[in-house]
Amino acid sequence: MKKIIYTLLLLLPISVFASGDIRLESVDIDLSDFEAMQKGAKHYVNYCLGCHSLKHMRYKRIAIDLEIDEDTVLAEIAPEGAGIYEQMHTAMDKRDSSKWFGTTPPDLSLIARSREPDWIYSYLKGFYADKSKPLGVNNTVFKDVGMPNMLWKLQGTQTPVFETVEGREVIAYIKLTEPGTLSPDEFDTMVTELVNFLVYVGEPAQLERKTMGKYVLLFFIIFTVIAYLLKKEYWKDIH
Amino acid sequence: MKNKISACTDSLKNGMNVSTEWVLKRFPMSKMWNDHMAQYYAPKNFNFWYFFGSLALLILVNQIITGILLTMNYKPDSALAFDSVEYIMRDVNWGWLVRYMHSTGASAFFIVIYLHMFRGMIYGSYKKPRELVWIFGMLLFLCLMAEAFMGYLLPWGQMSYWGAQVIISLFSAIPVIGEDLSLWIRGDYVISDATLNRFFAFHVIAVPLALLILVVLHIIALHEVGSNNPDGVEIKESKDPWGHPVDGIPFHPYYSVKDLVGVGVFLFFFATIIFYMPEMGGYFLEHANFIPADPLKTPEHIAPLWYFTPFYAILRAIPDKFLGVIAMGGAIVVLFLLPWLDRCKVKSIRYRGGIFKKAFVLFIISFIILGYLGTQPATPGYTMLARVFTAIYFGFFLLLPIYTPFEKTKPVPKRVTHENSAEEGYSALVEAFDKMTIKQEPVKTSWGGTITPIKANPAGIKKVLIQLAKKLKESLD
Repeated sequence: MKKIIYTLLLLLPISVFASGDIRLESVDIDLSDFEAMQKGAKHYVNYCLGCHSLKHMRYKRIAIDLEIDEDTVLAEIAPEGAGIYEQMHTAMDKRDSSKWFGTTPPDLSLIARSREPDWIYSYLKGFYADKSKPLGVNNTVFKDVGMPNMLWKLQGTQTPVFETVEGREVIAYIKLTEPGTLSPDEFDTMVTELVNFLVYVGEPAQLERKTMGKYVLLFFIIFTVIAYLLKKEYWKDIH
Repeated sequence: MKNKISACTDSLKNGMNVSTEWVLKRFPMSKMWNDHMAQYYAPKNFNFWYFFGSLALLILVNQIITGILLTMNYKPDSALAFDSVEYIMRDVNWGWLVRYMHSTGASAFFIVIYLHMFRGMIYGSYKKPRELVWIFGMLLFLCLMAEAFMGYLLPWGQMSYWGAQVIISLFSAIPVIGEDLSLWIRGDYVISDATLNRFFAFHVIAVPLALLILVVLHIIALHEVGSNNPDGVEIKESKDPWGHPVDGIPFHPYYSVKDLVGVGVFLFFFATIIFYMPEMGGYFLEHANFIPADPLKTPEHIAPLWYFTPFYAILRAIPDKFLGVIAMGGAIVVLFLLPWLDRCKVKSIRYRGGIFKKAFVLFIISFIILGYLGTQPATPGYTMLARVFTAIYFGFFLLLPIYTPFEKTKPVPKRVTHENSAEEGYSALVEAFDKMTIKQEPVKTSWGGTITPIKANPAGIKKVLIQLAKKLKESLD
């Protein structure tokens, strides 16, 4: 009897995992595509920076890393009046925002490191109409989210289609019921650019370390070979 | 002109010789060099497992140097700590490299130390006369755990905060003094700025100082009794007419050049992680630690870093909190007692009895599985599994005094045996590969060369596998 109980206990986590996960859409991140990241930076300033700061990111850093000259960054990416050495702060007052949304919108400098890129991608695409919520929207990967769908005009309105699983109503998929100003493909590209930019922002050094890494590894291979030959020479007469 | 230059270098040489002599007359530099390097005789049959001692020293130096550089820009203040780490990662020149060298170094330290301890356990390096070497080593391990635990609070991320909260609250489980003790450790009712500041003090000076002193003691104690070896033979028992062990070779230059190869290989892997996977899939840098500490938001799943998880799993396996704390501490105490729990006279696992070998394999498996379970949420099934492996973990140590005095050991050779070199290992591998394949007719390729295609040889593969299984079984008897 005990054995059966233990076996069932062992199987328990498997059955829990089977129903608990959220399916994420996968996004294609390409950190060598500077153009996409530049576009992503523009989207970010247009649609996100109003509430979410990137306080660890300087405009100057963007200019250096994404190979744009400083004047272009100030003219095309940064909001009016921002200086090149400034960090990407939001203009919104913390007290106001926590009054309006119930919480201060978080800084997103490290969002791509605490959440995976696929999550951000799926989140940005996962808004659907839900009349029961104060902002009229809900999200497939972030339940009861306190943020409006900023990209609604571009994406259009999505509504959920339900199915019944184990007696509970769950969302089977969401479909576009009212088209936005962008086609679904254009919208996907835009969100991808945005996520690409956020992945870069999470760790700007990754551009540098990935290109530098191969030289370091090559050095250690040569070092090891020389060290090995030296060892062999010294150990010749040890038997 | 030429004469002038040579006269100049001569006087320089002369001056250097004079000053060297001046120092040597006043400080035993050459004696220390000889005692610990040039005339320290180490067994000549060290194998792969003997690289990890020198690698641990290398990582210690790495941690100290990168640590000093990090303190130059880090701010031990709960309002500034998290941002100062990001400042290092972005605005400080090479800051990202220094930080990753430090964070990867922490995990590498534990990997290397666990392998170093494994070596000590399989070859019986904790046995008489090396008990004190083992004790100093265990104290080092303890300090290292304290160092890592306190260092992990400093980035002030969610996992830093809540991990520390969970571990320090364990002290409150101690009857009578518990509550006051945990309050005293934190310096506040929750983890706070006061805790961060004192952990910083311990992490950057108190514990590293203890580590350095213990390293010196560990090495002095080792060099007093001499190194053990894979055969567990005392090389001092057979000496040549000049009084040097016949099976010993001077540490420098033989092992200093050999360890250099180990350093090269190690740094290759170390750099691969630093440059291509510094988070190591969330095991070296946890994802949740990129969210600033928030005392009001408890994360769903609090997991310590991977190197603490075996002990964390033991803690959670026990239903009672206080007993859990005792068990977790006990898991380390039994390691301290190992030299006295193991009563077998034979040191190396090569010549020990089958029961010990099998028990040891079970112990290693339980350690690894407990490590995995510690990273996972504590579901009832996993808790049950953790209990089983906790029992095996302690069973290994506590049963030692019972069966080891009567172990059926194999005869131990008088002198050390031949250790296969990397080349011999490679040629054995090539031989096995040849047995498992059949060569086809050579074919001309489009670019002008000839290649000999090969085909799998089912009979050969079967033969090699059977041989391997037989060897494995023999090695466990």
